[in-house]
Amino acid sequence: MLLRILLFAAARDRVGTDALAVELPSGATVADLRAALADRCPALAPLLARSAVAVNHDYAADSRRLQPGDEVALIPPVSGG
Amino acid sequence: MVRLTREPIDITALTEAVRHPHCGAVVVFLGTVRDLTGDQVTVCLDYEAYAPMAEKKLAEIEAEVRRRWPVGEVGLVHRLGRLAVGEVSVAVAVSCPHRAEAFDAARFAIDAVKHLVPIWKKEHGPDGSGEWVHPSAVPGGLGAVPVVGPGTSGSSA
Repeated sequence: MLLRILLFAAARDRVGTDALAVELPSGATVADLRAALADRCPALAPLLARSAVAVNHDYAADSRRLQPGDEVALIPPVSGG
Repeated sequence: MVRLTREPIDITALTEAVRHPHCGAVVVFLGTVRDLTGDQVTVCLDYEAYAPMAEKKLAEIEAEVRRRWPVGEVGLVHRLGRLAVGEVSVAVAVSCPHRAEAFDAARFAIDAVKHLVPIWKKEHGPDGSGEWVHPSAVPGGLGAVPVVGPGTSGSSA
């Protein structure tokens, strides 16, 4: 399945786009996505380790299975408030 | 009520919006842009949000505040875009029957905003350099600020 991963802040700067298309096998989990991102963008790896992943606007555990059509975002450590 | 805005936050309007006949206490917290972080000088900040999720998390925080305390009204407003030193970046307003609850509820709300809401700031120094601020905690962690929201599938802290 092809997923579009939304990128923000320093993650967007490091990758150079605000949305990265990532191909994953069906049944892939958030953990699989992390591995795919680290592989695809080594520059992102340190920030990736400290980032959460959101699926459909909620924080998702690494074990969460991804579905086609999910809205997925990488959430680097937040600094609002 | 929760809001993201690119306009200056109207503190008077927000205070008026949370005043409630059953409530003897209104607490308003304002987060303002500081000029110094350690020995780094800040001239201005940019705030950006993952807006649909930020609004959802703000709404969940409001719901949690209402669950835990006897609130009359709650207002959570975060500003986005470029802010100068001294400007108000975030406002939390709560009304409760008594002041102890109002202070506790407001404190909880701002702490939750800082841990959970997908908003990021970029600090600009006097030399024109800018750096995104990404503190050490993994966002969404349920350790220090336990917030239970619908659909939260739990992320390790």
